[in-house]
Amino acid sequence: MLSIQDLKVYFFSDSRVARALDGVSYEARKGETVCLVGESGCGKTVSALTILRILPQPPGRIMGGKILFNGQNLLDLDEEKMQKIRGRRIAMIFQEPMTSLNPVFTIEEQIQEAILVHEKVDQEEARQRSIQLLRDVGIPSPEERLKDYPHQLSGGQRQRVMIAMALACHPELVIADEPTTALDVTIQAQILNLFRELKRKREMSLLYITHDLGVVANIADRVYVMYAGVIAEQGEVAHIFHDACHPYTQGLLASLPTRAKRGKTLHSIAGTVPNPAYKPEGCPFHPRCPFAIETCRSQFPEMCDYGGGHLSRCPVLYER
Amino acid sequence: MAREMEHPLPHTAMERPLAPRESRWKEFWRLLRRNRLAFLGLFIFVLFFLIALTGLFLTSGTRPVFDPAVVRLEEKLRPPLSSPKSEILVSDTIPRLGLYLFGTDELGRDVFSRMMQGAWVSLTVGFVAVGIAVFIGIFLGGISGYYGQNAVRADQMLLVVALLLGVGLLVAGATAAGAALLIAGGTYLVFSRWWKKKEGKRAASGWTRVLWAGTISIDTLIMRFVDIMLCFPSFFLILTVVALLPASIYNIMIVIGLTSWMGTTRFVRAEFLSLKDQDFVTAARALGVSNWRIIFRHMIPNAIAPVLVSATIGIATAILTEAGLSFLGLGVPPPHATWGNILSDGKNFIFDAPWLTFIPGVAILIVVLSFNLFGEGLRDILNPRLRERS
Repeated sequence: MLSIQDLKVYFFSDSRVARALDGVSYEARKGETVCLVGESGCGKTVSALTILRILPQPPGRIMGGKILFNGQNLLDLDEEKMQKIRGRRIAMIFQEPMTSLNPVFTIEEQIQEAILVHEKVDQEEARQRSIQLLRDVGIPSPEERLKDYPHQLSGGQRQRVMIAMALACHPELVIADEPTTALDVTIQAQILNLFRELKRKREMSLLYITHDLGVVANIADRVYVMYAGVIAEQGEVAHIFHDACHPYTQGLLASLPTRAKRGKTLHSIAGTVPNPAYKPEGCPFHPRCPFAIETCRSQFPEMCDYGGGHLSRCPVLYER
Repeated sequence: MAREMEHPLPHTAMERPLAPRESRWKEFWRLLRRNRLAFLGLFIFVLFFLIALTGLFLTSGTRPVFDPAVVRLEEKLRPPLSSPKSEILVSDTIPRLGLYLFGTDELGRDVFSRMMQGAWVSLTVGFVAVGIAVFIGIFLGGISGYYGQNAVRADQMLLVVALLLGVGLLVAGATAAGAALLIAGGTYLVFSRWWKKKEGKRAASGWTRVLWAGTISIDTLIMRFVDIMLCFPSFFLILTVVALLPASIYNIMIVIGLTSWMGTTRFVRAEFLSLKDQDFVTAARALGVSNWRIIFRHMIPNAIAPVLVSATIGIATAILTEAGLSFLGLGVPPPHATWGNILSDGKNFIFDAPWLTFIPGVAILIVVLSFNLFGEGLRDILNPRLRERS
C-alpha cells in the first residue's frame, strides 16, 4: 500500500550537506504494523515527515526517489492535493503529546477541526463523532473531557486525544512517530494495547517509529532497522530478534537489558552515530563495526537476501 | 510486557486530569484581581470608557444636556465649583449642573462640558489608531514570520504596489484610475490562482527575477521596511502629514495608525517564527489543515497576547500624540473640544486660570497611566513565566 523507493532527503546548510536519508526503501502492506527502528538522528522522523510532505523545505530537500501510496507517487502531487491526503488517508501521531495540541482551544474544537477539514458534516454530527472517537481511544466520560483545554489533561490522555484526531477520518495508514517515548512505562503499555486494538478494529496499516526494541517486539509484524540514513536490516520480527544478520542489529540486541544479564555491565556499541554531514565512506557503520574489513571502508554494501523477506546490508556476515 | 495489561480501558482511571478545572476567564480574572495596579488601571479604563460614551450623547445633538459651545462672555475664567450668576445669564445658558464643575475658559464655555466632549475624541483616536496599527502589524508580521523564507517575486511586488496605489487613488479622489488599478490587480490575482491550478506551476516564472526579486526574501523586504519606518522621527512625520492633509479627526486617526504599526509587526513576526516550529502547527499540517487556516486559527490566537499588551500601551501613546497635535494647533479643528486643545487654549492664562491647563493635563495623565498600568499587568498575567513574581 505504501512503498518508499530509494528516497533521498538532504539538508542544506551554509556550506555543508547533511544526507539525512540516503536511498531508503521500505514498504507497509495493508493491515500491517511496520516498525522503523534506529538511533536518534538516523532519519526515521525525516522519512515520516517526507511521506506527508511536511518536511520543512528549506533546509530540507527531496533529492530523489518515490513515495508510492496505492500506486500514486506522493512526490508528484501539489500542495492542494496533498492537503486532501493528509489526515484523511494518511494521518500522523507525534512524539510530544504535551506540545502537539494547540493550547488555546478545547479538545472538542480540535477533534472537530480534524473532522471538518475533510468532511462536510454538521456541528451535532461532528460532536457525536468526537465523543465516539474519545470513547474509542479509552478516555473516560468523553462528554466532559470535550470541554477541557489541553493543559487540563495528563500526558497519556493528551496522546489519546492525538490518536483520536489522527483516526478522525478513518485513514488507511497511520504514522506514529515515537508516540510513547514521552510517556511513562505503564501508560506506554496501555497506549500500545490501544494501537493493537484499534488496528484490529479498523483494518488500517500502522507505520510505527521507535527506538525501543521492547515496543517493536510487542507490536510489529515487520521491522526495518535504520542506521545513518540507510536501511541496515529488514525482516519479520522473528528474523530480527532471533536471527539478526547485521552487526548493528546484533549490537542493539546485545545492549538490551535482560534477566540473564543481571548484575553484569551492559554491552554497548563502541563509538557514536556519525554526523550526517560527515558520513564515512563505504559502509556507514564500519567505524563502529567489529567485523569490518578493508572493503567496508570503500564500498557501499549491497542488500543480502536471506530469504523470506529477511534482508541485511552486510556482505561480510553473509559470506560467513 | 503487556500480557497482564491486555485490557487498557479499565486502567484509565489512573489518568485523571492534573490541573484543577478553572476556565481561562476565571483564571484571568483571579490573576487580575491579585495585581492591584493593573486592576486599578482596568477600573479607570472602564470608567473613562463610560464617561466618554455618556459624554458623546450628552454633548451632541441640537439641545445637548451639557453644551460645550455656549459662550458666556460675562462669565469667563470662572474658577472650578463656582456657581453661575443666574441674574445676568439667559436661562438657556445656565449649565445643567447649576455650577461650573471645572470652571470656565476665556470665552465663558463650561470646561466640564468640553472635557466630556473631548473624552470621546481621545478614546476613538486611541482605539481606531491602534486598531489600524494592529491590523497592519498582524498582517505584515504574519506574512513575514510564516512565508518569510520565500523569495520575493516581481509579480507579487507589482501586485502589491498596484493594489496599494489603487486604494490610495480611490481615497484621494481619482476614482476611475483607482478602480482600474484595483480591478487589474484583482484580475491578475484570480488569473494566477487559476493558472496555477490548471498548469501546476506559477503563471509568471521566467520574468519574475528582474531587479532584486528572487534574491531577497519576503522577510527581509518587510523587516527592512519596518526599520525604515522606525528611522523617521514619527511625531514630525505626523506633523508634516497633518499640515498637508485637511485637518480632521479621521485623518489624525489614520496618520497615527499608519506610523505606529512597526512594533506590532516585530512582535507578531517573532511570535510566528517560534510558533511555526511548534509541534501543534506541524500536527495541524499533518491533519491537512490549509496554510491560511493554520495562520488564522492556530497561530494568531497564540500570538495575540503580546500584541494585546502592546496595543493597550499603544492606545496611551496615541492619546498622548493626539493631545500633542491638538496642543500644537494641528489636531482636531477648533470648535470641537479635545483635551489637547483645551490645554493649548489654557496655556495663555496659566497664571490667571491654572485649572484650564491643570484639569485636561491631569485627565490625560490619569488615562495614559491607567492604560500603561493595565498593559503591564496584562503582560504579567498573559506571560506564565512572569506570574510567579507577582
